[in-house]
Amino acid sequence: MADKKGWKDLMRGGDLPAATSVQYKTGSWRSLRPVFDPSNCIHCMICVSYCPDMAIPTKKTDEGVTGKAGRVYKGIVRLETDFDYCKGCGICATECPTKCITMIREEETVESSSR
Amino acid sequence: MSVTKPLTGAQATAEAMRQINPDVVVAYPITPQTPVVEFFSEFVANGIVDTETIPVESEHSAMSATVGAAAAGARAMCATSSQGLALMWEVVAATPGLRLPIVMPVVNRALSAPINIHCDHSDSMGAATIGWMQIFSENAQEAYENMFLALKIAEHPDVLLPAMVLQDGFITSHGVENVKVLGDGIVKAFVGDRNPDRYLLDVKHPYTIGPLALPDYYFEIKRQQEEAMINAKRVYLEVGNELSRLTGNKYPYFEEYRTDGAEAVIVVLSSAAGTAKDVVDELRNEGKKVGLIKPILFRPFPYKEMREALVKFAVVGVLDRSMSFGSYDPLYADIRNSLFESERKPKLQSYVFGLGGRDIFKSEIRQVFNELLSGNLDSEHHKYIGLRG
Repeated sequence: MADKKGWKDLMRGGDLPAATSVQYKTGSWRSLRPVFDPSNCIHCMICVSYCPDMAIPTKKTDEGVTGKAGRVYKGIVRLETDFDYCKGCGICATECPTKCITMIREEETVESSSR
Repeated sequence: MSVTKPLTGAQATAEAMRQINPDVVVAYPITPQTPVVEFFSEFVANGIVDTETIPVESEHSAMSATVGAAAAGARAMCATSSQGLALMWEVVAATPGLRLPIVMPVVNRALSAPINIHCDHSDSMGAATIGWMQIFSENAQEAYENMFLALKIAEHPDVLLPAMVLQDGFITSHGVENVKVLGDGIVKAFVGDRNPDRYLLDVKHPYTIGPLALPDYYFEIKRQQEEAMINAKRVYLEVGNELSRLTGNKYPYFEEYRTDGAEAVIVVLSSAAGTAKDVVDELRNEGKKVGLIKPILFRPFPYKEMREALVKFAVVGVLDRSMSFGSYDPLYADIRNSLFESERKPKLQSYVFGLGGRDIFKSEIRQVFNELLSGNLDSEHHKYIGLRG
C-alpha cells in the first residue's frame, strides 16, 4: 500500500489515463488454456471477433500462412493467442467452425507449450 | 438592472434555467417539480434557449442522462421531487464521486408511504449524506437566485460537486410571488460557460471516468470528495459576495432574523421561516426577546458558524419538516452537533411539523416561542406541532 499514490496525488474522482486495461494482465486468471492447431485453421476471424478480451492477435501477410488442408491463407490471419490477456473462457473453442482450438487444463500444459 | 415579474417558485427556477441556458436539460415529470421542466420546455420549444432537452422514461434514466451529458462536457441539469429522487438514487449517489457539477432543483415533497404529493423534507434529507451540496430557499426569489449561486460553486475548480437547490413543494413552487429577475446579459456574464479541465468528448485527450476502485484506492477518492466539500463552504461565501454585487442581497450560510438580544430562537428551513418571521415581528412588538435562524447552506453544514451564532441565546427550538426515524431529526441533529465544542450551550428543544404538507399556523409558532420561553424543555425528545393526539 505504501507504494501507492495518496489522495492528493490521484486524479480527481478516481479518473485514470486512457487504455489502462493494457497494463492489466488478466491471463493470470486462466485455469483453462486454448491450444491452437494452425494446421486446421481457415483464418475466418470468428474467434477473433468473439474473443471478449481481444486476446487473439492478427496480422496482415502477403506471403500467407499454411492452414487447413495445406492451403496458404493470405491477407489478415490470426496468430497464437496472447496469454498475457487470455482468461481461458473458451468462447473461441466453442465458436471455431473447424474445431482447431482445444481447451486443456492449465496443469496439463506441457513445458513445451507457448507461454 | 432587474425587472419584477409575478412568478411561481417553479417558474422562477425555470426562469433562472432560461438565463443560464444549459447545454442539456433532462426532463421527467413528477409533482410538484413538473412545472420546472414544463416551463423550461416551453423556452426550448419557442427557440428561446439553445438547450437540448432529453425526455426520458424514468428518473433513473434522467439522472443517468444528466451524468452522461456532464461527463461529455456539457452543462447539464435535471429537476425532481420525492419519489423521483428516490428512483434516481443510485445515480444521484454516484454523481459526487464522479465529481460532476450538476445542479438539480429539488422541489421538496413527502416520501411515500403513505403516498402524498405535498411538502415536507423527507425526500432530500435522505440524500444529505451522499455528497451533494444542498441550498435551501425560503421563497421564489431565493429559489431563483440560489440557482446561480449553486451553479457557480458547483463548477468552481476547487469544488466540482453536484448541488441541489431546494424549495418547498406547492407552498413555494406553485405560489405566485413578485420575483426580481436580473437582466439576461448580467446572468450570462455571471455564470459564463462551463470550462471543464477534461471531458469525454475531447477525443484528442482520452481518459477513463468511473473506473473500479477497490480497497486499495476507493478510500483516497472519497477523501478527495470530502476536501471538495470543505472547499465548497469557502467558495459559497466567495460566490455569494460576487452575486451580492448583482442582486443587492446577501448570501450567508444562514439568515439571522431579529436575533439581536434574543433569548429564544427558532431554527427552521425554507418557507416556514417566512411564517415564523411574522410571528417574531408580532412577539417583538409585544416586547418578547425572540428571533429566528434560517439555515440556507445545509450541505456542507456550517457547524462552527452556527455554534458561534447559537451560544448567544438562552433557548433554541429546532423545527424539522421531516423525521429521522430512530434518531434525532435531521436539522436538530446538526444543530445539536454544532454545540458540542461549546462550554456554554443554549437549552434545546426539537419539534416536528408539517409532514405530508400539513400547514403550520402562526398561532402554533407563537405557542412554540411561549414554550421555549417557559423553559419546560426536553432536549432528548422531540415534540409535535399540529399532530392529533
